Amino acid sequence: KEEAISLVTRVKYGAVSATVPQTSLHRSCRWYSVSHLSVKERIDQKRQAALQGGGQQRIEAQHKRGKLTARERVQLLLDPESFVETDMFVEHRCADFGMEQDRNKFPGDSVVTGRGRINGRLVYVFSQRGNSILCDILFVLQDFTVFGGSLSGAHAQKICKIMDQAMTVGAPVIGLNDSGGARIQEGVESLAGYADIFLRNVMASGVIPQISLIMGPCAGGAVYSPALTDFTFMVKDTSYLFITGPDVVKSVTNEDVTQEELGGAKTHTTVSGVAHRAFENDIEALLNLREFFNFLPLSNQDPAPIRESHDSSDRLVPSLDSIVPLESTKAYDMLDIIHAIVDERDFFEIMPNYAKNIVVGFARMNGRTVGIVGNQPKVASGCLDINSSVKGARFVRFCDAFNIPIITFVDVPGFLPGTAQEYGGIIRHGAKLLFAFAEATVPKITIITRKAYGGAYDVMSSKHLRGDVNYAWPTAEVAVMGAKGAVQIIFRGKENQAEAEAEYVEKFANPFPAAVRGFVDDIIEPATTRKKICQDLEMLASKKQVNPWKKHANIPL
Amino acid sequence: SIPPYLFPVIKTCKKMGIQTVAVHSDVDSSAVHVKMADEAVCVGSAPTSKSYLNMDAIMDAIRVTGAQAVHPGYGFLSENKEFAKRLAAEGVAFIGPDTHAIQAMGDKIESKLIAKAAKVNTIPGFDGVVKTAEEAVKIAQEIGYPVMIKASAGGGGKGMRIAWNDEETREGFRFSSQEAASSFGDDRLLIEKYIDNPRHIEIQVLADKHGNALWLNERECSIQRRNQKVVEEAPSTFLDPVTRRAMGEQAVQLAKAVQYSSAGTVEFLVDSKKNFYFLEMNTRLQVEHPITECITGLDLVEQMIRVAKGYQLQHTQDDIPINGWAIECRVYAEDPYKSFGLPSIGRLSQYQEPLDLDKVRVDSGIQEGSDISIYYDPMISKLITYGATRAEALGRMEDALDNYVIRGVTHNIPLLREIITHPRFVSGHISTNFLPEVYPDGFKGHQLEADAKRELLASAAVLYITAELRSQFVLFRVASTPVECSHWELCVELGEERQDVEISKSGTVYTVEMDGAKVEVWGALNLASPLLPLTINGTQRMLQCLSRDAAGVIVLQYLGTLFKVRVLSKLAAELNSYMPEKVSEDTSSILRSPMPGTVVAVSVKPGDTVAEGQEICVIEAMKMQNSLTAVKQAKVKSVHCKPGETVGEGDLLVELE
Repeated sequence: KEEAISLVTRVKYGAVSATVPQTSLHRSCRWYSVSHLSVKERIDQKRQAALQGGGQQRIEAQHKRGKLTARERVQLLLDPESFVETDMFVEHRCADFGMEQDRNKFPGDSVVTGRGRINGRLVYVFSQRGNSILCDILFVLQDFTVFGGSLSGAHAQKICKIMDQAMTVGAPVIGLNDSGGARIQEGVESLAGYADIFLRNVMASGVIPQISLIMGPCAGGAVYSPALTDFTFMVKDTSYLFITGPDVVKSVTNEDVTQEELGGAKTHTTVSGVAHRAFENDIEALLNLREFFNFLPLSNQDPAPIRESHDSSDRLVPSLDSIVPLESTKAYDMLDIIHAIVDERDFFEIMPNYAKNIVVGFARMNGRTVGIVGNQPKVASGCLDINSSVKGARFVRFCDAFNIPIITFVDVPGFLPGTAQEYGGIIRHGAKLLFAFAEATVPKITIITRKAYGGAYDVMSSKHLRGDVNYAWPTAEVAVMGAKGAVQIIFRGKENQAEAEAEYVEKFANPFPAAVRGFVDDIIEPATTRKKICQDLEMLASKKQVNPWKKHANIPL
Repeated sequence: SIPPYLFPVIKTCKKMGIQTVAVHSDVDSSAVHVKMADEAVCVGSAPTSKSYLNMDAIMDAIRVTGAQAVHPGYGFLSENKEFAKRLAAEGVAFIGPDTHAIQAMGDKIESKLIAKAAKVNTIPGFDGVVKTAEEAVKIAQEIGYPVMIKASAGGGGKGMRIAWNDEETREGFRFSSQEAASSFGDDRLLIEKYIDNPRHIEIQVLADKHGNALWLNERECSIQRRNQKVVEEAPSTFLDPVTRRAMGEQAVQLAKAVQYSSAGTVEFLVDSKKNFYFLEMNTRLQVEHPITECITGLDLVEQMIRVAKGYQLQHTQDDIPINGWAIECRVYAEDPYKSFGLPSIGRLSQYQEPLDLDKVRVDSGIQEGSDISIYYDPMISKLITYGATRAEALGRMEDALDNYVIRGVTHNIPLLREIITHPRFVSGHISTNFLPEVYPDGFKGHQLEADAKRELLASAAVLYITAELRSQFVLFRVASTPVECSHWELCVELGEERQDVEISKSGTVYTVEMDGAKVEVWGALNLASPLLPLTINGTQRMLQCLSRDAAGVIVLQYLGTLFKVRVLSKLAAELNSYMPEKVSEDTSSILRSPMPGTVVAVSVKPGDTVAEGQEICVIEAMKMQNSLTAVKQAKVKSVHCKPGETVGEGDLLVELE
């Protein structure tokens, strides 16, 4: 065994080979080594095994499925050469079913963890190895065909470790999920591992931003970790989220459903509202995640980030003067207003295909991250219903937790009537949005573009809920309801309904009733909206508002 | 022919100290002409028949505002004798010719007879109204194919069809009469010999009420698609002084024959041997009149107002010069990749005219935020450039098109820029068949040469790096380690092509290396601006950035055409090859609406078998009827539209099996 051992170390992308020289020390040590290798050699060997994952064949198999390996994903997500890995040597501790044999142990187990930077800003990452060699071994050992169970106690422990450190230093955690569920061989230890992660997800909630990107199967208990994080993104066609897979569904409820229909990206971004956005493939997802990360502060101790802006803060937007149609029944696209006002027309929409009657997302004003909430008149007249209230509420609470100012564009005809809504609990769910706006202490700027009717007016970040700056456009109508309905009540039985309606419109379908009472601070020309918001945000940067001490509030869940 | 073109009219009135009242439909209540005018009156709802063609409402508006004169603009009622009569009855001046002239010239059959009598060259054809399709076929056979079928009351290419055989004659007859009925409320048609490969050259005339008439030289309007003008210039490269004079004199003879007063245009077809034939006379101000103003120095609107007031002409024929060269491009909201332009609609999310350039004039009726709706012609503006020579005017037009920012609707700038830089156009070798001859397979956008492609890829890479570097400029960053980077290795993709590039930055100069060639790019880019002024290898270029996304896709407008470029880090590009290609839907069995419009007719029902090329349905948009046909023989699976319905671009109409 005199020949040198060649080692391949993947330092960054692209392989760099290094030859480890054989010294006499190495050779002499071997006499005492269990494996007949020196410690140095064993370190190198283990590191190599950890870096290579399942080997070239397995990497190719993963690529064939249109997916990247755990490590490739980390490299794409983070700035070049910034990844610092932890726990590369951790191995699982299972002693049953032959798992204890050395050949069934793999350095690093089934997850890659560590820290790195995105555009220079610190972030902690874990990336599950859905393709890990362990999966296949476990297929063979256990012959369970749905998923390679991969969350071991060790796996969970690795994730917990980086989450704990992220909490202590105040940096976000990004999870790249690609895992089949609990490792059945480990039994309760695996379940304990899940719970350890869940607890940390909950403890970190509101302290550091947590983002999940689902890049493969994520089933059973595993789904609750992404569900507890702030944002869940998915990759189209290759990722699934469900509590129980199609086979179990079939045996229990006799429903025939495919994986894609049950828990694919389309289902979760349009029907269930579980995921916030879906991307075409791994690469688009990771690049978008980088872009998204730029909007976020690192923790609740940081203010909203300010990026250099090329868009001047006093830019006038003349196109807004004509955007609201003259007929109050005619729709327009709230996104047109948002794009025209924010920096560089750059708007990162959250849940663009779910509850489309409300628009939420991140943008920048004069470089500073802001959260935008807007009723969408184009869809269901922009009314509030169960789904849109919950969507809006969760977004507002995220912004409030992480010091991101909230800008609200209001054109809301009210809450959606009907048995479906009432039976579904619109009262309880609508209250969430009200609750979220009311408790928020971040800067709140509200622009009423057209309708602000009824209770929905109160809800949409009104002056009464501590809105800092509330504006009305000349087209604004702040009233209890639309003219037709109001006239039918006020002038019931009166002959000339048309005349009464005209009177009502004259009196209430304009910004004055709210403005004379000080419920809006000013009536502004739409073209000046961007300029005004930028000035107000600067003024509000030093806003300090504290809610009364409480253990926690009791939002109507 | 849409109200926005009243822009120059109102401008001239302001100059002359005349107060103006604009009429508008309800959807145009915030249009530019309404804002510019001293007063505005709404005359009805969006469909033209309810507003701009609604004579009662317009007469009311005149009475209410006490207007003394009416300028009818370019379309709508501008050539309507009835309207002129009603104005005369109320004692309101019509800024245009007398009813008699409108009547005589408005009818193609009558105008041809008058022209003949006035010794103006005319096209052989049938001097009467054609009543049935069969009669049309008979007459067509007598004249000899090809023939042109056109609406007697028409103009602007509407209700016009060329037929090369009996079958096409029947089809053309049907379409033309429908279109004529919907556009002009008059379905009378006539047929004449179609002159193949002609030029369309028109003479501007100006006459007063005292029997004086002038010709103000010609306008070359040969670049057309579907008989509608796209690019015009004055003077024409084709006419020599002798022909010009002959045409001018005949035009004046015709004007005098009908006691014409005001500005008017006599259109001629000119064949390759410089024989010219009278086509029609437009008794109104033409859309393309600014180019005549440029080379003659006359303000035609001002002259029209003077004539209407009864003044004598200020000029004699000898005073009319040809100074320099003027080009006009009609900027349309339409997709030039579909039959050289099918209408598109949308909201102008960004709109910036190239007005800071010298000797550039833009007549438009829209502004940022305007809606381009299906109700009117899809013209956004007319862009006019002027120069001492044709080359100068063309060069300026290139700059103007590159600097013109239009977002929110698809527009025809890619086509316009290709036309004005095409060697055949530059050499003046054009005819009305220019577009189908130059682009026999349809317009495909600018074809990049190797050098130009490198410039494009380099620009995209520089834009990508500018954005990447900017992402690092974040305040409140904790424990930051800004990466000082001045060298990058990227991969740029354009279509199927992939190119590795190496970029180094020193100061504001980027050196981009690819394929062994170096491209130097200067320019401090503003990431908020749609315009990207760059100096590439020492040449100033104006690129436009339409979009830039997180996944590296950058859409650039370069040399007029949009290119989708993808810039990725080397690592991402390498890994990208593993990403599966997503299959797009099979388009041969589904028929989608190529444009927004109204369904006029659906010719099939589920279960029918259609042959390849068979008409499936007819969509009307911007008053043009478009027949949609099957691309293969198949059974109709389902029909998703019915006559009268409004459809959007890309809406599913019919599914085949």
